[in-house]
Amino acid sequence: MGIIQELSESLQRGDAGKVAELTRRAIDGGLDTKTILDDGLIAGMSVVGERFKSHEIFLPDVLLAARAMVAGMEILKPLLVREGIPAIGKVVIGTVQGDLHDIGKNLVAIMLKGAGFEVIDLGNDVSPQRFLDAAQKENAHVIGMSALLTTTMPVMKAVVDLAKERGVHGRTRIIVGGAPLSADYAREIGADAYCFDGTSAVECVKKLLGRS
Amino acid sequence: MIRKILQIPAAEVLPSRGAVMGGQGIPRWTTPNGKISQLADDALSLYGEKARPAGILMEIPRDEFGTVFQGRGSNEEESPVGPIYRASDRLALFAVTVGEAVCAEISRLFRHNDFALGSMLDSAASEGTEMAARAVEDFYRTHLRDTGMLDSLGGTLCFSPGYCGWHISAQEALFNALRPGEIGIALNESFLMQPLKSISGVIVAGRKEIFDFEDTFSFCRDCRTHSCRDRISSLLEQ
Repeated sequence: MGIIQELSESLQRGDAGKVAELTRRAIDGGLDTKTILDDGLIAGMSVVGERFKSHEIFLPDVLLAARAMVAGMEILKPLLVREGIPAIGKVVIGTVQGDLHDIGKNLVAIMLKGAGFEVIDLGNDVSPQRFLDAAQKENAHVIGMSALLTTTMPVMKAVVDLAKERGVHGRTRIIVGGAPLSADYAREIGADAYCFDGTSAVECVKKLLGRS
Repeated sequence: MIRKILQIPAAEVLPSRGAVMGGQGIPRWTTPNGKISQLADDALSLYGEKARPAGILMEIPRDEFGTVFQGRGSNEEESPVGPIYRASDRLALFAVTVGEAVCAEISRLFRHNDFALGSMLDSAASEGTEMAARAVEDFYRTHLRDTGMLDSLGGTLCFSPGYCGWHISAQEALFNALRPGEIGIALNESFLMQPLKSISGVIVAGRKEIFDFEDTFSFCRDCRTHSCRDRISSLLEQ
């Protein structure tokens, strides 16, 4: 088995130590940085995402794989920066103003990073202005919003409205997620998509950006 | 009218491994792999070490609760809570928490990329907080039964601001009346509690039939759990 295949499989097993070791060995062996990233780490996370989607594995398996992904990325990132290899897209993400529940948002951020996106995590209790300021400053491709309380869902519409007001709606795509939400609600407020969980968020963002 | 602080032993509100795994989307009928089982055990052990469950309970007259319920006047036009509390026999405000340490540990684990254990601990803490709320409700119901204020035709049900058309801004009035700062729960300017793993609300005691309502309110459309159905069913078994 080649080192890239071994890297991908170690990541799928959630073996962070092995992933770090193999990433170092691949770099030392002169393998192309983008190949290590795309065919090793991202390919491994992609298999994990598919297996999760088909209920072969569970959330903790995905999160163990994500930790292994981070272990590999920490070694690879300086090279990606030095070689000017861009992420496949930039996502500004946060839990909306009035809401402190961030576990779902964290999981989506982890999955997006695992799929090769750059994620700017604004944390929780994020105002519409902060979402838009960050998205404009970072030239983000996507704004991702999460809400757990029905009472904080209207903040999502305020973000969409502010994006329209600032003329970035359409250029910056908007996705929403969270326990009380639905695709109907996303449509109703003018968001580009509703994402059920981290795996669907990855698929959804890729589709919106034409990366699938 | 009672007002009581309850220090709840963590062991009494220690979730089962199955409940924690359920919070992770793992059905009870599956056999998870060894790594997942170990994570669940580690999370429960951490929860047992860090959780400091506590509750506060205070009875409140119906007219005073009316002011709490009204809050800043932002409730939905129709809410099941209004007619239910007006038909109640007794009302008690309550708040419970499993403490800041467990919430801080969840954040720490995520910061250190230990996502799986962090997420598992989050599920344990969520379930533990629900169990603490049920423990306070059980305490109050037992108290009412022991003092002859609730007979076998009566039961209790909890409602919380932020749900069932009761606007979250009513937390402000609830906190002013209950003062749960005494057990370490604070309210931020968005009306959310800190520590995050806290629950507040009202325990309504009354004849069982007053609690029966259909989940057909406009806001029920946005509710994914419809947990009111199960709660009403268990009330009928009380």
